Amino acid sequence: MSDPATHDHDRGKCRELLGDLSLYIDGEAEQELCDEIEAHMAECESCRIMVDTLRKTVTLYHTMPADPLPDDVEERLYKRLDIDNYLS
Amino acid sequence: MMGYNPTVAIMKTYDTETELVEALQQGEKRACAEMVKQFSPQVYRVARRLMDDPQEAEDVLQETFISACDHAEDFEGRSSLGTWLYRIANNAGLMRLRKKRIQTISIDEPIELDDGYVPRQLADWSFDPDEMVLTSELREIMDEAAAELSDALRAAFVMRDLEGLSTAETAEILGISESAVKVRLHRARLQLRDYLTAYLAGNGAEEASQ
Repeated sequence: MSDPATHDHDRGKCRELLGDLSLYIDGEAEQELCDEIEAHMAECESCRIMVDTLRKTVTLYHTMPADPLPDDVEERLYKRLDIDNYLS
Repeated sequence: MMGYNPTVAIMKTYDTETELVEALQQGEKRACAEMVKQFSPQVYRVARRLMDDPQEAEDVLQETFISACDHAEDFEGRSSLGTWLYRIANNAGLMRLRKKRIQTISIDEPIELDDGYVPRQLADWSFDPDEMVLTSELREIMDEAAAELSDALRAAFVMRDLEGLSTAETAEILGISESAVKVRLHRARLQLRDYLTAYLAGNGAEEASQ
């Protein structure tokens, strides 16, 4: 059992699977690869944490609200394009 | 009245995107205005996500529509109008970013995962993002983390994870292969995860989950 605080995450299997973890969390990995990742995670706490926190990272950014187009920016855009008579 | 939206009916001069594009290519001002009306919120949103600075984002917004209205004949219809505008906005943003600073990673340089990358942070997070309020402090940390990405990684991340576009659309917009999009997106996420872990596994976690 590896200690996640000190484990350098550079063991062969961890490194081999690291590059495929986004495919895995996006549900785009083939079944065979999913099985391989899940079997490895059952034994490797570091990779469990990696997958969990990577997934949380993506979730956080998905919830981040976007900036709306401010009225003054919109007005300047229409003026710049000389279409301000179409601005409603 | 089912299926009838009077606002849309009044606003829309062109019934289809094809009609709008044809009018644009004939240089009709009304078509330019219609395109701006439909797509400016989306183009501004992506410009804000690509650029750190709101003024730069506004410049990218203006440059995108000036270019699109003046060079509508360049639109070949292989992608949707929205994807084409994303591509112009991304290129305009990149040009500005390139002028602003010396790149640490060239956009043309292949980014491989097998380059000795080792996650710096492996501590678990002590909260569940689904249950937490996005505090202004956390939002700031997330913006900082994204600003740390190289331009190439940020563009892939913005299109896929923030704009929610497909791998194929992102590849079209960035002018790279789908496999390159996947590698860049994954690399961006790993870097963001490292940055956020430094905050969320440490002192910030308790405050953020309150």
